[in-house]
Amino acid sequence: MSRILVIAEHAAGKLNPSTAKVVACARAIGGEVEVAVLAADGAAVAAQCATLEGVSRVLQVDHPANEHPLAAVLAPQVAALAAGAGHVLGPSTTFGRDLMPRVAALVKAPQLSEVMAVESPRRFRRPVYAGNAVVTVEVAEGRQVVCTVRTASFEAVGSAAASAPVDQRSVEFSPPAHTRFVSVSAAASDRPDLQTAARVVSGGRALGSAEKFQLIYSLADKLGAAVGASRAAVDAGYAPNELQVGQTGKIISPTLYVAVGISGAIQHVTGMKDSGVIVAINKDAEAPIFEIADYGLVGDLFALLPEIETLLAS
Amino acid sequence: MQKIMVCVKRVIDYNVRVRVKPDGSGVVTEGVKMSINPFDEIALEEALRLREQGAATEVIAISLGPDDTQQQLRTALAMGADRAILVRHDAQADPATAAAAFMALVSKEGAELVLLGKQAIDDDACQTGQRLAALWDRPQASAASKIEVVGQSLRVTREVDAGLEVNEIDLPGVVTVDLRLNEPRYVKLPDIMKAKKKPLEVTDLAALGVEMDEPVTVLKWEPPPQRTKGIMVKDAAELVSALKQKGLV
Ligand SMILES: Cc1cc2nc3c(=O)[nH]c(=O)nc-3n(C[C@H](O)[C@H](O)[C@H](O)COP(=O)(O)OP(=O)(O)OC[C@H]3O[C@@H](n4cnc5c(N)ncnc54)[C@H](O)[C@@H]3O)c2cc1C
Ligand SMILES: Nc1ncnc2c1ncn2[C@@H]1O[C@H](COP(=O)(O)O)[C@@H](O)[C@H]1O
Repeated sequence: MSRILVIAEHAAGKLNPSTAKVVACARAIGGEVEVAVLAADGAAVAAQCATLEGVSRVLQVDHPANEHPLAAVLAPQVAALAAGAGHVLGPSTTFGRDLMPRVAALVKAPQLSEVMAVESPRRFRRPVYAGNAVVTVEVAEGRQVVCTVRTASFEAVGSAAASAPVDQRSVEFSPPAHTRFVSVSAAASDRPDLQTAARVVSGGRALGSAEKFQLIYSLADKLGAAVGASRAAVDAGYAPNELQVGQTGKIISPTLYVAVGISGAIQHVTGMKDSGVIVAINKDAEAPIFEIADYGLVGDLFALLPEIETLLAS
Repeated sequence: MQKIMVCVKRVIDYNVRVRVKPDGSGVVTEGVKMSINPFDEIALEEALRLREQGAATEVIAISLGPDDTQQQLRTALAMGADRAILVRHDAQADPATAAAAFMALVSKEGAELVLLGKQAIDDDACQTGQRLAALWDRPQASAASKIEVVGQSLRVTREVDAGLEVNEIDLPGVVTVDLRLNEPRYVKLPDIMKAKKKPLEVTDLAALGVEMDEPVTVLKWEPPPQRTKGIMVKDAAELVSALKQKGLV
């Protein structure tokens, strides 16, 4: 059976939920699924990977240079682990988007980005043109395939009855000194994570200021929801960049998505149109967001949001 | 820095509502406005600012595409690039071929920095810059929202899922840019006239010694699955009760 290598994403000893979705894609391809954990000390993350349903083996590669996920450092190691694997998969998060193409170039393989469906081990579907078109692509027989997996399209695998074995691996490589990690703004928040939350409330340009954007946080808190934003809201400084939803932000598929004061530009819609139920609140009855909304409400958000909060409480 | 190369891709303008052809063979391009990929405009703007600050001496706009791509390269020259190179290629090239072509140009011209968009808005591949960095065996920083020159290195702020990450990379290197890096300048009419006299060299893959390797075939193009239009509720009360009924809140 062919081997499928999945690259785990993690930070601070915790496995990112995207990995369980990439494993789901790997199982759809069919083969022996190995998950590679590259870290300074990957024991805790490896243990989490070992409990994912459908994982045959976890490869733990510890190296001090793997402290931070720098593509130039990780790619040669992944390329070495990929020898003999039919497929190499990563999430299409900023981590995977940065790393996987560098791996693909090193192993001289094509990369399929944002894979949304597996039709066969060689045939996949992926969106192009900001989701305005979907292509079915086929990779020539005998070629290794590198993919980034569109996490919004796959249901995370559950946990396995028995843990998979964890193998310690060492990879021969000299870490390049030309790339250095300086810092990351870990926005420590006790709010639900945008990429995995079941409910999301997003605000757009209409909010008008960072102060008024608090209305979005307030409604989100009432719903136990994560907060998202349109690019216009992020560009104007109402919300931080990591909250941007869309073609160039996060692509998400919560059960409930509430778009407040967002017009529904294609670049935004591509990031949330796979949501279960979409609610749109906009004062313009002609706003394109209403074309994809399950529930549309026309009106002034500044009057409607407090009213909705009161109704939710009752 | 001596030379900065900027990759400029010709794509369907971002304002165009892209439609799939009824026969599923591609998207409608006849009579459709073509532009520079928006991320590449930002990359070019950054290169021009670095030159204006004295951090670089020459900005070269490069592209792989059909002959018509000369239009976008002329726009790049009008924005302020010193010269341009087109690698002429009629088919849609994949990121591996694009990266190989740009690697050949880097070797030939000897650039210290290559700036690209973080993604092309046609194939949404997000690959070319990282692939180029691998072929070059040099550092990469993707999705930059801030670039500072620190001696022979760059300090790059990157937009990542967690927020903002700062990396330091030694030159030569590759940076792909995100939307919030800068606001590209408008092209003025006199600049368009001046751009006509700037050098635009045309070459091709064979002349650069790049072999085509395109193991991926597109079998079919389809419009995305459509959501069915929902209902308009008359007020907040109706909305909340509908959501409560569905168990969503
Ligand atoms: C290459 C590229 C990539 C992009 N990527 C993204 C992306 O990832 N994500 C993204 O979101 N955008 C992206 N954009 C930008 C996108 O095209 C739109 O400009 C953006 O989504 C608009 O944001 P908005 O809906 O908040 O603002 P607007 O389009 O200005 O809409 C504001 C809406 O609020 C409504 N409104 C105003 N006042 C009120 C009120 N009091 N009550 C209720 N409603 C009100 C208005 O009717 C309007 O519909 C991208 C653009 C480009 C070119
Ligand atoms: N054919 C091309 N011509 C010029 N630049 C390109 C080409 N293909 C990719 N690029 C550059 O690479 C970036 C990322 O493209 P992609 O990997 O296709 O998403 C683009 O923003 C461009 O800067």
